[in-house]
Amino acid sequence: MAEVTYERATCFYPGAEKPAVDGLDLAVKDGEFVVMVGPSGCGKTTALRMLAGLEEIDDGSILIDGNDMVGVPSRDRDIAMVFQNYALYPSKTVGENMGFALKMHGVDKEERARRVREAAKLLDLEDFLDRKPRNLSGGQRQRVAMGRAIVREPKVFCMDEPLSNLDAQLRVQTRTQIAELQRRLKITTVYVTHDQVEAMTMGDRVAVMRSGHLQQFASPTELYDHPANVFVAGFIGSPAMNRLDGTLTPDGISVGGVTVRPPDAIMHAAQGHSQLVVGIRPEHLSIGEGHLDVQVDLVEDLGSDFYVYGHRADDTGATVIVRAGREHPRPGEAIKIKIDTARLHLFDAVTGLRIGE
Amino acid sequence: MMASAESITAEHGLTTTAPGRPMVRRKRRGNSVTLGIVGWVVGILFFFPVLWMVLTSFKTEAQAYTNTPSVVFSPTLSQYKTVFSSGLWPYVANSAFATIVSTLLVLLLATPCAFALSLRPVKKTRDVLFFFISTKMLPVVAAIIPIYIAARNLHMLDNIFTMVILYTAINLPIAVWMMRSFFLEVPGELLEAAQMDGAPLRRTMTEVILPVVAPGIAATALICSIFSWNEFFFAVNITATKAATVPVFLVGFISSEGLYFAQLAAAATVATLPVVLAGWVAQRQLVRGLSFGAIK
Repeated sequence: MAEVTYERATCFYPGAEKPAVDGLDLAVKDGEFVVMVGPSGCGKTTALRMLAGLEEIDDGSILIDGNDMVGVPSRDRDIAMVFQNYALYPSKTVGENMGFALKMHGVDKEERARRVREAAKLLDLEDFLDRKPRNLSGGQRQRVAMGRAIVREPKVFCMDEPLSNLDAQLRVQTRTQIAELQRRLKITTVYVTHDQVEAMTMGDRVAVMRSGHLQQFASPTELYDHPANVFVAGFIGSPAMNRLDGTLTPDGISVGGVTVRPPDAIMHAAQGHSQLVVGIRPEHLSIGEGHLDVQVDLVEDLGSDFYVYGHRADDTGATVIVRAGREHPRPGEAIKIKIDTARLHLFDAVTGLRIGE
Repeated sequence: MMASAESITAEHGLTTTAPGRPMVRRKRRGNSVTLGIVGWVVGILFFFPVLWMVLTSFKTEAQAYTNTPSVVFSPTLSQYKTVFSSGLWPYVANSAFATIVSTLLVLLLATPCAFALSLRPVKKTRDVLFFFISTKMLPVVAAIIPIYIAARNLHMLDNIFTMVILYTAINLPIAVWMMRSFFLEVPGELLEAAQMDGAPLRRTMTEVILPVVAPGIAATALICSIFSWNEFFFAVNITATKAATVPVFLVGFISSEGLYFAQLAAAATVATLPVVLAGWVAQRQLVRGLSFGAIK
């Protein structure tokens, strides 16, 4: 149980021009499940490894329960880590793998066995304690890796894309198991993934990163409803938010030759930003009479929903994605799309930052 | 070998795509037969001298000399009796001592060295590796005079510990290179996991890394043992009676009175046996050494 605080934490890789993590400020509350998400190379894994003590903190600091971790070796941080490829010790049995950290910390044999059994029960691994990792399935290995972390009852769990080696079905199943387990154990967890669905479904709060910088740190709902900038708007949500170029006019906002009139509050906030990026989620567009003329290119069938991908009649570049019901148009058809103007997101085209609340 | 080549052809389902194109299949099979024959020829070519040595060791000296060599003969053990009664054992003891002690020393020194060079590389790691291998570029003959003089001045000629030191030095570069390649196969996350679990370096080595690279260590030990056991040049030049090794013993059968061919063959067969046995015992470990994939 611990609070984790990144204070302007920075990490340079030798020879790199820019820092991998640049002045990261992040405060994780006690018992919170925080997910770091972003495209590859955004610094999320480096940030996690800095917390774990596997990467130097070149500037700033990371605090665990108020104690500065700069220069503190991994073994003295009381952090357990789950690795992407699990990193199980191949020569040790499942039980030995799970008990190794306790052994290294001088926990006596009986206590060790008791705690390993307890964790094994929690993860449904009791029948496998005497097996070697090579005789386990991918899902079982993943659970052993989790078990190795749980047994220690550490202050913080660090998880580095622990689900990326599982097949899609197992991933969804394990996702809920991990989230549930964390809620039960109430151990502060920092979880890294590139998958925004994982981030949204698991995290109490999500830190979106890009090029070593924190873009936004908020609850999943907040990220979805109020993305702080164009990058977050495009990264969170699947399919992605539609982003169209727009300009401010006295009557409203001109998008693709059509003028839409958002609520006064939004209009008011937009004053002074002439070039805009107008964001609108696929579910806030509807087919019927309306604002935009769109040529349908493709229809994606997800069973419950259909997503219509098209391009504007006068602009082949920008893709427009609309959520539709079963009565959806066919590829090649020309349709009209209505924008729910109350749900518009406006961003400054130059800075990329959100306009308004 | 041929059977397996055929089964591969069948496995790849050429028959299923074949109805219109039987030519492809016939050609593939023809290729695999040719490759099989070449494989057998090369194999026999390599094995023949060994077979001939063993056969000759069971002949009398007269039979060993016949022109148009005799293949059919009544085998005799008399050459082996001569070999065992001509003071073989001290040589075997010397060889065994030099081989075992030098191999242990090599492993003791090469393991931490290879660990550092593979898992904790620094800027000059490549230079260090090149330096190691460069010591093998000097012909042994070029080194014998300084080594001889040094050994003489230290009063260490004909001393088995000199051989231990020399064999350790000769095998060390090869061992470091071999072990390094095995260490490189160890995923870095294993080290990090041990670090997170709070294991100090020594425990990480003994409990995590060494069990993983054990097959590699076995392979390295075997190679070093074979080199030391068979080393001739230094042995013949700086040992005389007390520290002479098995290869030196073999030369004894090439005397001024003539060549004792059958006896030499018998002695050589005896000298080969320990190495063959060691290889056979290590075989399982060696095969595991090649199937490292299981960790990943």
